[in-house]
Amino acid sequence: MSLNTKTALEIGQMIKNKEISSVEATKEMLANIKARDEKVNAYITVLENEAIAQAESVQAKIDKGELTSPLAGVPMAIKDNICTKDILTTCGSRMLYNFKPPYNATVSEKLEKNGAVVLGKLNMDEFAMGGSTETSYFNPTGNPWDTARVPGGSSGGSAAAVAARECTYALGSDTGGSIRQPCSFCGVSGIKPTYGAVSRYGLVAFASSLDQIGPIGRDIKDCAEILTMISGHDPKDSTSIKRAAFDFSDCYDGDLKGMKIGIPVNYFGKGLDEDVKKPVLEAAETLKKLGAEIEEFNMDIVDYAIPTYYVLACAEASSNLSRYDGIKYGYRRKDCEDLLEVYYTSRSEGFGMEVKRRIMLGSFVLSSGYYDAYYKKGLQIRGLIKKSFDQAFEKYDMILSPVAPTTAYKIGENSSDPLKMYLGDIYTVSVNLAGIPAVSIPCGFGKNAMPVGLQLIGNVFDEPKLVKAAYAFQKITDYHTNIPEMVKEGGDK
Amino acid sequence: MNYQIVVGLEVHVELSTKSKIFCSCTTEFGGEPNTHVCPVCSGMPGVLPVLNKKVVEFAVRAGLATNCEITRFNKFDRKNYFYPDLPKAYQVSQLYLPICRNGKVEIEVDGVKKYIGIHEIHMEEDAGKLVHDPWDDCTLVDYNRCGVPLLEIVSEPDFRSAEEVVAYLTKLRETMMYLGVSDCKMQEGSMRADVNISVMPMGSTKFGTRTEMKNMNSFKAIYRAIKYESKRQIEVLESGGVVTQETRRWDDNKDASFAMRSKENAQDYRYFPEPDLLPIEISEEWIENAKKTMPELPEAKRARYMSEFGLSEYDASVITAERQIAYLFEDAAAICGKPKEVCNLVMGELMRLMSDTGTLAEELDIDPHKIADIIELIDSGKINRNVGKEVFEAVFKENVDPVKYVEEKGLMMLDDDSLVEDTIDEVIKNNPKSIEDLKAGKDKAKGFLVGQTMKALKGKANPQTVNKILNEKLSKILN
Repeated sequence: MSLNTKTALEIGQMIKNKEISSVEATKEMLANIKARDEKVNAYITVLENEAIAQAESVQAKIDKGELTSPLAGVPMAIKDNICTKDILTTCGSRMLYNFKPPYNATVSEKLEKNGAVVLGKLNMDEFAMGGSTETSYFNPTGNPWDTARVPGGSSGGSAAAVAARECTYALGSDTGGSIRQPCSFCGVSGIKPTYGAVSRYGLVAFASSLDQIGPIGRDIKDCAEILTMISGHDPKDSTSIKRAAFDFSDCYDGDLKGMKIGIPVNYFGKGLDEDVKKPVLEAAETLKKLGAEIEEFNMDIVDYAIPTYYVLACAEASSNLSRYDGIKYGYRRKDCEDLLEVYYTSRSEGFGMEVKRRIMLGSFVLSSGYYDAYYKKGLQIRGLIKKSFDQAFEKYDMILSPVAPTTAYKIGENSSDPLKMYLGDIYTVSVNLAGIPAVSIPCGFGKNAMPVGLQLIGNVFDEPKLVKAAYAFQKITDYHTNIPEMVKEGGDK
Repeated sequence: MNYQIVVGLEVHVELSTKSKIFCSCTTEFGGEPNTHVCPVCSGMPGVLPVLNKKVVEFAVRAGLATNCEITRFNKFDRKNYFYPDLPKAYQVSQLYLPICRNGKVEIEVDGVKKYIGIHEIHMEEDAGKLVHDPWDDCTLVDYNRCGVPLLEIVSEPDFRSAEEVVAYLTKLRETMMYLGVSDCKMQEGSMRADVNISVMPMGSTKFGTRTEMKNMNSFKAIYRAIKYESKRQIEVLESGGVVTQETRRWDDNKDASFAMRSKENAQDYRYFPEPDLLPIEISEEWIENAKKTMPELPEAKRARYMSEFGLSEYDASVITAERQIAYLFEDAAAICGKPKEVCNLVMGELMRLMSDTGTLAEELDIDPHKIADIIELIDSGKINRNVGKEVFEAVFKENVDPVKYVEEKGLMMLDDDSLVEDTIDEVIKNNPKSIEDLKAGKDKAKGFLVGQTMKALKGKANPQTVNKILNEKLSKILN
């Protein structure tokens, strides 16, 4: 049986109905990986035997009625910066090429508790720094719609694996757009949750005040279910927030009457591809037809989002990545004369260019004499950005915007121009700076036949509103059900 | 020219919480290397700190005891530097909003009192320890101490002599121990100081260039280092040189300090707010509660012992020098209601036994009820003072129950007057020489007869009874 067109929730239901077993579903995904991943390179680690064994044990528990989670037995995969006990967790870096954590991330624990079957660990930009998955030490990932193009990043492996049906859903992480932009590039759905909604314990830190783990799936309903599963306060993460669990039960009526959506006009100016602009504005029209009120407004502060983001994110990263010194774990250059040489050579050889660039940038903005001019100012602007969003949410239920200014570009096309790369984050980073949630869902295709994504941004913990709007959109559109050619070939088998 | 010494101190105090500041590992000293560690304190990728609230509580107590203002809105910051004993390559500390500020501590040197200003007290985590193995020529790292909570108490440069520094350190140590926030074991490094020293011409108001000596963990060494370093600086200035701002290492064996690194090589710690921890807000209620539950500090105790119990200043200060002894004294006095007698026992027997056996105050494990029991036994005439001392020693060494011990060993005084009478008759009969002496006016002989009687009764007779009966008998014989 082909599961190519099925969502994770549908597969979960099929397993419950005994139409298919967890082992069968897992084997199909493993076969897809075998058939396609040579081209896609979405996986860094495939857990073939482990996944089958896990599926067997999960199936036994489902049969005994011990596991009732809607996604029990459904095979999935995890971005390689989320710790999985005794399983390689590389962060896409040579620095951690051999690192097997002796502990699980809290989300990994939650997945296990809910009977998820883990197929493997997914490729990513090194330490989640990048928007194309080209900075991975384990080679770039190809976009399943056109493997000569990038899948976006940094959760490129996660989005590509879902698009190529090499897993039914995946976990990614989003520091400045790392879930939303690859979803846009690969034609899948994803949620960047409110900061503090999902525990960061066991997520290898890039920028601690911005990082959030989130779901990537075939449609928004899958994503909402996954988010319900992985969210909640965690005593191991002081920044995770104590509150009632998400309730998405009222999100699926497809009616947007009374919902007010703001469109920031300055998001649609210079730098935005026509290819992206058109489907996104059409999506606004579709939402209007569903009953939503659409209004344009101005959000000038967003012009400062990119410099602010790169100052703050790199500052935190420079400190977070200091622990990789060749002393305790991971890559270490042998035969060094003294301690300094261990540091210099291990870090020079263990980290890639982009990571080193950001460490230098971050160290610079934190150094004495520059702290006030850069880091402190960055914090102040971050406050202003948050305030602008607060003001917007006084008027609107959500904000509609593009996810990225372009569709997926060719591998190698932008990799020599970091500034151009950074500008690709223009619509996503302010969401992380404000700590608010956003979804990314497919809303069309460009002239190059590559998918285009739509971003809906909500107020703190307004994920249900976003899911409601995204669901209504997906109910009457079919962009999210389109599958790449390579998947069709597989499906014809 | 005459010079004025100026000293400022940064004192690190390891807190005696059960678990570390950001994880649940034990803070216990020692242990096999890397056995008191977990992914959090060993800085594994992806782990997060969770603040031990007890650390904040202890910091507030320390701040209140040193007359500081308590910062209501607190944050932690990261201090970034590379060193193998620091697994995250940053230390979580407080730079911008330390928990306590603007305090003062009163000290007294040669009868002169003065205040030493406390610039700030902040919370931070300790680092691990590097052990160099000369045999294999390699350096090993032990992370057991990583994440043990510390308070750094930063004084103003208010010290003008080494004596003042030692008086302050003594007071600080005593205070921290009484607060129960630290055991301040110098030999285990749980109290250590960075000493900043400069000199300036007498009468000047402009401080000279300072040098710093880090991680000193003995009052004696600190005293000597200040004497030496100020003398060295004066010599440099007198010979027309300039003092370089630098970190120097004190070598207590060589009695000299050596330059380590100068300011030009100073690290840029790239401090910034720790994003993994939320700010801590300290409420008024919290502070009020901390004030209410503050233990009585040594100074107040000394004053009270003198006024309430009538102890001498000397006795009061010896007893309060160590918290454990003061509590033992107070508890025993409260139980038996005889503070003076408890004081005598503590000042005499306890101090003697501690010094004879090399026992530290924190190792004492004596039930105050047992001390009260001994005093009861003496006071009710059941045992005499000398037997009391013997019983106390048994309590100290073997933790015996005093009442049972006295019974089992048959140390109870005899209240059978006829036996005493018979014994005295016997003693008088056997010592005609003594009677002769007494008749001749040599009163000393009476003491001998008492001694002989006590000896015959194995010391269990009440001396007063012996004296009384002997006097009666003698008066008959002598008259």
